[in-house]
Amino acid sequence: MTAPVIEAEGLTKRYGETQALAGIDLQVDKGTLLGVLGPNGAGKSTAVRILTTLARPDSGGARVAGFDVVHQAAEVRQRIGVTAQDATVDVALTGRQNLMMIGELSWLTRADAKARAAELLDQFDLTPAADRIVKGYSGGMRRRLDLAASLVTNPPILFLDEPTTGLDPASRAAMWDVIRGLLDDGVSVLLTTQYLDEADQLAHRIAVIDHGRVIADGTPAELKARTGRQRVDVRLSQPAVGAVEALATLVTAPPIVGDDGRTLSLAVDEEPGLGSRVVEALGANGIRVDEVSVHRPSLDDVFFHLTGHAAEDDDAGEAA
Amino acid sequence: MSAVDVLEPTATTVETEPTRPRTRHWAWMRDARVLTRRNLVHVRREPAQLSDVTVQPILFTLLFTQLFGAAVVLPGGGSYIDFAVGGLLIMNLVTSAPMGTAVGLGSDMSTGIIDRFRTLAMRRSAIVAGRTFSDLLASIMCAVFVALAGLIVGWRPENGPFGFLAGVGIALLFGYSLSWFGACIGLATKGPESAQSIGLIILFPLAFVSNAFVPTNKLPTWLGTIAAWNPVSAAGAAVRELWGNPNPSSTISAWPMQHPVAAALIWSLVILSVCSITATWLFKRRTTE
Repeated sequence: MTAPVIEAEGLTKRYGETQALAGIDLQVDKGTLLGVLGPNGAGKSTAVRILTTLARPDSGGARVAGFDVVHQAAEVRQRIGVTAQDATVDVALTGRQNLMMIGELSWLTRADAKARAAELLDQFDLTPAADRIVKGYSGGMRRRLDLAASLVTNPPILFLDEPTTGLDPASRAAMWDVIRGLLDDGVSVLLTTQYLDEADQLAHRIAVIDHGRVIADGTPAELKARTGRQRVDVRLSQPAVGAVEALATLVTAPPIVGDDGRTLSLAVDEEPGLGSRVVEALGANGIRVDEVSVHRPSLDDVFFHLTGHAAEDDDAGEAA
Repeated sequence: MSAVDVLEPTATTVETEPTRPRTRHWAWMRDARVLTRRNLVHVRREPAQLSDVTVQPILFTLLFTQLFGAAVVLPGGGSYIDFAVGGLLIMNLVTSAPMGTAVGLGSDMSTGIIDRFRTLAMRRSAIVAGRTFSDLLASIMCAVFVALAGLIVGWRPENGPFGFLAGVGIALLFGYSLSWFGACIGLATKGPESAQSIGLIILFPLAFVSNAFVPTNKLPTWLGTIAAWNPVSAAGAAVRELWGNPNPSSTISAWPMQHPVAAALIWSLVILSVCSITATWLFKRRTTE
């Protein structure tokens, strides 16, 4: 059992009126990826800024690679790579010039910085665009260059703040492959995302955060288990008051009823004939079913279950 | 076993173990040099940025010597053109060196690149220093263009090559100190646009209430006193004295006009130390969250 490479305890941070972090604990074990999942404004980027020495916590503390992020910031910086949400490359330089500059500022010799830049450009399929100015890069190319920039020194710990936000599905899938490759190389990663499927795809563990607090954490499977082993979505022919009662013996948590009164989302245990049993239970009460689908719970279901509002629904998040 | 020991870098064909610079000083020099080179690449991308140290010095030198030359009679005699070129050198540096730093730093601070720099192992103070170094190179270019334009209209330095170089040196030192003043403006304002307008509001009166274009001997007392103690006047008079050109300010009794070279040096060093300390503080304040 090795010590965790990232440990944060009780981090709080206030920006003016906004309590960005209200006491957050996070832990990343060596060689694993922690997905920090939450809606916009949940505090994800603030947590990353503190862990990467860009901001100081109001209270609480954190260690990265065994070094305190406030008092040993220089030691931390030598061991991390950071890909922030805003592009942090120089758009007036070429891709190659950016990577070389970062290499030299990380104290590689000029020759090593040059070789490393060429290697990364190749690895990220940027060689054809290497000597073009970044201003002309597509969104996906810019993100790849940003990620390459954070890998110049081969840092053992990587922070990726919403690395795929705004990317088209193909670029997103390509980015996931790159991240999986880094994990294969033994890098430890803290990745923030507001996409539930992204965390599900990549993370060994997930911390769900909302309003500056961790409201749940565990493996993706553990989180999903919280909402029942299976979910059944049902659409009724017409709104029926007795539907919830009719299903009471089948469900493991109170059903979620849609605004139209016709759609129900049920957490249920796995058993043979599940779909039929739901339809029969409703039919016995004279309730007719238009559609029924059985699926394994998604992280959308998890988030809704935990917070009572949808993950990507900002207004609900701010109002709650 | 601490977490550090288990953190092996991942496989790569390039040696990415940073070569630790021998001393802090050396590390800082290296970082500043890398950033200076980066700023020069920016200039190469957009050469129009250089107009204030190429086109402007030529234009101003030609315009001022021809327009004012016909109207201004120097107290104590001498040619206006010989008088003007030293002042024009200072005036061009006063408006270009600090503005370059203010705008360049202002735009760096308002983009994501500053966060990238701040998560690297580099020395943060090199960010501001690298900017002043590239602006010093631009100032050298400015001096060359002023001198060339001056030679064309008939200006001649009279104290030989060493006098000439000493004059250029003191002008560049003065311009460099003002770069740090520009750094303060760039760090204290919200972005490059406000840095530019606030910088000009402060620098233009400073450039004009001085002996840069016209002798200040006949100014009303209060304005004359301001002009005599204005660092720009000291720098202008110092350059003229070192170049052996007409320097009517030498008859003004204020201490800086009697000892222009010493005054220009003192002013430069005072501005440099006050502004570099202030800029460091502003940078820290701006990047602390």
